[in-house]
Amino acid sequence: MIAELGLAALWLAAALAATQMVAGFLAVRDNGTSELAKLIRPAAITQGVLVAFSFAMLVWLFAITDLSVKLVVSNSHSMKPLIFKLSGTWGNHEGSMLLWVMVMGFAGALIALVERRLPERTMNATLAAQGVVSLGFYAFLLLSSNPFERLPTPAAEGMGLNPLLQDIGLAFHPPTLYLGYVGLSVAFSFAVGALLTRQVTPEFARAMRPWVLGAWVWLTVGITAGSYWAYYELGWGGWWFWDPVENASLMPWLAATALLHSASVLASRDALRTWTIMLGVVAFSMSMVGTFLVRSGILTSVHAFAVDPERGTFILVLLGIFIGGALLLFALRANTISEGERFRIASREGALVFNNVMLSAILAIVLLGTLYPLLTEAFDVRVSVGPPYFNPVGAIFAIPMLIVMGVGPLLRWRQDRLDRIGKEVALFGALVLAALILASVLADIGILPLLGLALGLGLAVASLLPLRRRKLSRTPLATWGMVVAHFGIAVALLGMSSESAFTQERLAALEEGGRTSVGPWSIELQGVEPIAGPNWTAMQARIAARYDGGKASVLTPQARNFWAPPQQTTESALLTRWNGQLYAVVGDRTPDGRWQLRLWWKPFVPLIWYGGLLVGLGGVLALIGRVITDIRNRRLAVRIAERRADREALA
Amino acid sequence: MSAFKPKHQRLVLVVLALVALVGAGLLAAYALRNQASYFYLPEQMLENPPAPGQAVRLGGMVEQGSLQTAADGVTLTFAVTGKDDARVPVRFSGIAPDLFVEGSGVVAEGRLGPDGTFIADNLLAKHDENYVPRELQEMTEHQAAKMAEETTVGLE
Repeated sequence: MIAELGLAALWLAAALAATQMVAGFLAVRDNGTSELAKLIRPAAITQGVLVAFSFAMLVWLFAITDLSVKLVVSNSHSMKPLIFKLSGTWGNHEGSMLLWVMVMGFAGALIALVERRLPERTMNATLAAQGVVSLGFYAFLLLSSNPFERLPTPAAEGMGLNPLLQDIGLAFHPPTLYLGYVGLSVAFSFAVGALLTRQVTPEFARAMRPWVLGAWVWLTVGITAGSYWAYYELGWGGWWFWDPVENASLMPWLAATALLHSASVLASRDALRTWTIMLGVVAFSMSMVGTFLVRSGILTSVHAFAVDPERGTFILVLLGIFIGGALLLFALRANTISEGERFRIASREGALVFNNVMLSAILAIVLLGTLYPLLTEAFDVRVSVGPPYFNPVGAIFAIPMLIVMGVGPLLRWRQDRLDRIGKEVALFGALVLAALILASVLADIGILPLLGLALGLGLAVASLLPLRRRKLSRTPLATWGMVVAHFGIAVALLGMSSESAFTQERLAALEEGGRTSVGPWSIELQGVEPIAGPNWTAMQARIAARYDGGKASVLTPQARNFWAPPQQTTESALLTRWNGQLYAVVGDRTPDGRWQLRLWWKPFVPLIWYGGLLVGLGGVLALIGRVITDIRNRRLAVRIAERRADREALA
Repeated sequence: MSAFKPKHQRLVLVVLALVALVGAGLLAAYALRNQASYFYLPEQMLENPPAPGQAVRLGGMVEQGSLQTAADGVTLTFAVTGKDDARVPVRFSGIAPDLFVEGSGVVAEGRLGPDGTFIADNLLAKHDENYVPRELQEMTEHQAAKMAEETTVGLE
């Protein structure tokens, strides 16, 4: 009964999305005079509630392990801990697509509920566009990946969940990432709505900005969490592999970052109108490309749950319709958007334009590198593209961007002279140069980590300069947000460079009681013993690690054997100090009875994720700042209107 | 840029953006030709070996009886076989993936050494039913054919 309720709610939600679409477009055509226009907002809100209900039903089915439902049988197991039963809801293709449409419906409901700044006509067009996209994904879910399908006869036991996914990270990583991914659909719908009604104005950008900010914050946190998950769960000691699924999340982030900055220019200075619209379309298109890459089974990874050509074709067609349609609309309407305000090269806008172009170039490079193996495979040539391509080619554009990022926030809008901020520029340049020279003399490190360290140091200082000569208590929250986010980028950059420059690795086979060392650490393998968990058994190594001969800390890496489904995983053990992380993995037993250990000392590696979180925090601060300003303005407008009414009444 | 009319400024911006993007595209195309790591089967690697030091991948079956652990306990040597008795020796230092055993498929990432030994930085093996390196999916058929051949020889 629960499965049927969920399915019925999903069909109803799809019907409402269709209503929202039709009513929206009719309202745009006849200027919202018809009665239908009143339906749009309630339809969007009800749709959000229904799809959330449907998702709740699926979570319920997983919680009670209802073995008459196909999805539960193939992805769950009655012996699994409850938290993994719940998070297992989205640890499979159908469930994760339902999560996707739920976020989409939720976003649509939220704009229908709270967004009052846009002209009603643009709002109708926006909700209509949201309806179109939702409808496509409802169709995908209902026609080719029904999560509520029943089995003719209930199974005796479920088949279990991939052990790599039985991790607390799975509880958070997909929902956060989806909130970001699909949250960008709002930017897409806004862009399409504005194009349809030709209302590309600073007010439009101010209305769109908080939504983009929100999605971007989730995306940032999702990517950061995903990177940390890969770091400790895969046991390879790396934090970013340029894996296609990672790129799939990076590409929308790059586009959204560009969009965020160009929307700022549009909101404050009424420039970059068409560019902002274009980025709004591109950002969500990248989310959809990412979904296609990850969910179609075209790539093999832990994220591709099922290889099913029918589904891949379905998403590809959807992709073609949405992206093609939006770009066509853009091509038809771009000419009718009048030019925005002018500005000089040496101005805040100039710097933002430069960084927008650099971000887009990096996006192009990541996209091409991700698609290239798929293209060559059509000609039966198998290649893989990895760090030797992405790192240097990306850096060619990232480095100029980071340099401009250090200086840009100090420039004034519209026109400025570089010599006005000469002192700051000199400070930034001197710091970078000094770090460059110092690091290259003191240590033998590669050119990219070297540049990264120097720029990271310079940026960390330069990103704080906009606060200079300001009264800190009166600095707007949005400015704080920018400073914190830019500082976060510098921190993450320092972490990344330090990791690739100074990591030390030790691979050794030790008997129990054997010793080795890695970097400043001396390591002793105290013993290896079998232990058991709820659905696994493991060999657990006990390692005593001393930093510089100090007090011993114990690490317990494991090699785990899961029995449903049968699979082995390595559980790494981490020891964090203020200046880095010790990373330990235990491997096989050698024929002569020793144990393989792989150890890394990674100085300052946690900065990568602290930096990512700081970037997210900056986004949150900016978002709060914008919302508070908006509420204040609204109150003010109400008060002014009241006063005017009073005065008129008196007169 | 304020010497330009607004329309001209937009044109200049569009041209600049296009130049940067086309530049990025060309650069990417050039770099991809050089930096993409190609996939080799053992027979291809023997016939037409990659330049020593170039990052490539080698995929095939781990030969029965060839897997040996060196005295340091962490260096593995084995041979990867393909069609027509093609055989490439491989050396790998590290912790092998869990399902890495003789007779199973493997993809080794690394480079060909000057002595004809493939130096692997990383081994990818079948993780479980659902996660098979792409190149290995087709390998199983190949393996099946070979197995059939081996087990039927001399049975006529």
